[in-house]
Amino acid sequence: MNPALLFDVALAALAVVAALSAVAGRDLFASVAFYIVYGILIALAWMRLGAVDVALAEAAIGAGLTGVLLIGAWSQLHRKGATETPPGPSSAARLLAAGASASVAVLVAVIFVGLPADGAGLAPAVRENVAESGVSNPVTAVLLNFRAYDTLMETIVLAVALAAVWSLTRDELWGGIPGLRQHARDGGVLATFGRLLPPLGLLVGVYLVWAGSSMPGGAFQAATVLAAVWLLLVMSGAMDEPAIGSTAIRLTIVAGPALFLAYGTGGAFLGTFLGFPADVAGMLIVAIEYVLTVSIAATLALLVAGVPRRQE
Amino acid sequence: MTASGLAALPLLELTVVLPLAGLLLALPLGHHGARATLALAPIILLVTALLCIEIMWSGAPIERVAGGWDVPLGIALRADGISGAFLLTTALVACAVAVFQAQGGQDGGATRRSTFWPLFLATWGALNAVFVSGDLFNLYVALELLTLAAVAMVAYGSTEAAMRYLLFALSGSLVFLLGVALIYAGSGTFDIGLLGSAGAGDTAMTVAAAFMTAGLLAKAALFPFHAWLPPAHGNAPTPASALLSALVVKAPFFILVRIWFDIGPETSGVLMQLLGYLGVAAILYGSLLAMRQERLKLVIAYSTVAQLGYLFLVFPLAGAAQDLPWTAGTWSGAIFHALSHALAKAALFLAAGIVIEAVGHDRLQGLAGLARDLPMTVFAFGIAAVSIMGLPPSGAFIGKYLMLTGALAGGHVFLAIVMIGGGLLAAAYLFRPLRLMLLAGETQPAKAIARRRQVVPLLLALAAVGLGIAASLPYALLQIGRSLTATEGIE
Repeated sequence: MNPALLFDVALAALAVVAALSAVAGRDLFASVAFYIVYGILIALAWMRLGAVDVALAEAAIGAGLTGVLLIGAWSQLHRKGATETPPGPSSAARLLAAGASASVAVLVAVIFVGLPADGAGLAPAVRENVAESGVSNPVTAVLLNFRAYDTLMETIVLAVALAAVWSLTRDELWGGIPGLRQHARDGGVLATFGRLLPPLGLLVGVYLVWAGSSMPGGAFQAATVLAAVWLLLVMSGAMDEPAIGSTAIRLTIVAGPALFLAYGTGGAFLGTFLGFPADVAGMLIVAIEYVLTVSIAATLALLVAGVPRRQE
Repeated sequence: MTASGLAALPLLELTVVLPLAGLLLALPLGHHGARATLALAPIILLVTALLCIEIMWSGAPIERVAGGWDVPLGIALRADGISGAFLLTTALVACAVAVFQAQGGQDGGATRRSTFWPLFLATWGALNAVFVSGDLFNLYVALELLTLAAVAMVAYGSTEAAMRYLLFALSGSLVFLLGVALIYAGSGTFDIGLLGSAGAGDTAMTVAAAFMTAGLLAKAALFPFHAWLPPAHGNAPTPASALLSALVVKAPFFILVRIWFDIGPETSGVLMQLLGYLGVAAILYGSLLAMRQERLKLVIAYSTVAQLGYLFLVFPLAGAAQDLPWTAGTWSGAIFHALSHALAKAALFLAAGIVIEAVGHDRLQGLAGLARDLPMTVFAFGIAAVSIMGLPPSGAFIGKYLMLTGALAGGHVFLAIVMIGGGLLAAAYLFRPLRLMLLAGETQPAKAIARRRQVVPLLLALAAVGLGIAASLPYALLQIGRSLTATEGIE
């Protein structure tokens, strides 16, 4: 048997097992752990499909940041003693959900098998126009140029998600600091890593944005790395979360989307909404991406931090 | 200004850009966001009105491609008559809600004061993005923005209701996205115009459209996916309830119209019949439950469940056989109904908000005699109720009349009976609170409400009626870019 095929079959089987364990398990913490494993396996699957950009995003956001969020949620539930007996749905509801999921899966599989085998979608059109886009990585060309309008709205979705999280703040804590003050044992693993990794992470983040124009990388991936640096600094006690009442923090959140939107609107008055002139497109895209990276990193980190829990 | 002068301005883009820019401004401004919104709202209304004039003037849809990349590579923005009509209704309702709220509405403390306006503008921007989108994936992104902002506004009133809404809406998003992915896999494009001109497509296309439809039904709260709506709309703060019930649930319906009329996948008619019967069930179930509620806002929320049912009758009446001579009229009738309901429902929720501010609760039994002290608000409630019932001369009457004509011409006697019966049921559940408020009673408002705020729901209710009186202009607007093959409706 072809070893590549063997690997793929094993990967698919493991992903299904991890997914089932995450959904069907009784232990909430085990479910979270399996969910993270599932994210990493899916990232590997994307690698096998040659979609390195998607794999990076899936590993960083699907397994990484979502994992941190879920573990945080679990530990809060645990502190309240709510993890012991998860109120499960009735077996009739379970059967119904399983039946609906299974029939959707079968339907999708049948349709998928019947699709034209040569369906390349828009890939040829992207290849044809990538030279005009200012960047040579086709994924970045799609995200920041061909479909920049979608990306612009997605960056705004992130800012609105943060506003939505903040809207749950108790009134007396409005403007306060999210999360609890973290302390790490001096000389412990966390304290050491908290000083060692951030400079490296910063470098990787800056590099990823730059690299994104010609190879896998870009604003979203770089922002996730920077958000991880932020989280590590907070967890190791080297830095505290900022107060959300701070104007500087809120300006940082909106700066990237605002610049992107302002650029696009300026273009609309000059003739083309979100248009990038081919000769300067590369420079403009990287400039916008750097500002976006800072905003997205702050937004992701603050999304994980959650609602304010204390005043300064 | 001439037509070419209007065309020189990027009005289409600005309808999306301005609310989104406003939200990015309001987020750092915190509690000063109210003033920024009040300054921006009339500008957005003006831009929207100018765009409608441009569409009417040119007699054709306005089309742009973002980034200058032609479809299928780029994303098309397209404003036809139905886009213009929804954009303008949204702008009117949003302006009314902004004025109502910013001039001394209950603002619920520091958190809501600082976060409401970004969420409000995000809702407006997302709605506009839906109404001008020509691209299925772009519609998904716009829906996500809409859902996030809407769920957060519900959470001010009840986190439990918000959680239930979030679960319904996110499941809907995923199923919708699955359909979008299948369409792309089958046809290599997200563009609605290209998909429409490619013909009916194969079974895979129909299955994909069915997935998208199922996802959108959860977001539109069509029976039996309605369970999240009454607690969400009934417990949200007043301005949020008005936006949610008037507009947010119309966005998924708008996309369904795009899918089944503009793309027009092959359908045996069974799916269209099913949507119609779910609509019938929604009308009956929503109306019966509205009659049994003891809180004013829940009566209005269940009324939304029922009224949304009417919109879905357009699918059996005009969806399966689009080349019949009356289908264009039926289609226009359903859109009229949606627009009129938006104006009237916003009026009802704002009027209910005034009642709550004045007496501190909305339990029906405690509202007897309120008309003596709040005549303008009760009058606004009454006018809006006339519109919901579909009585002449309201816009809903025109809508219902057009749909009834189509139903009778097409031999759908059962649907015609349900439409008339639904009007009677609406009269029953709306007369109950109205009768109580008009009755002689002891209710004394604890707080006086400024007249400049009481007039807002009245103006919205009058606009719903005005839609029926001056129906020819909006009717003409709706016909621009209409994709039905039928030449002219019977009028």
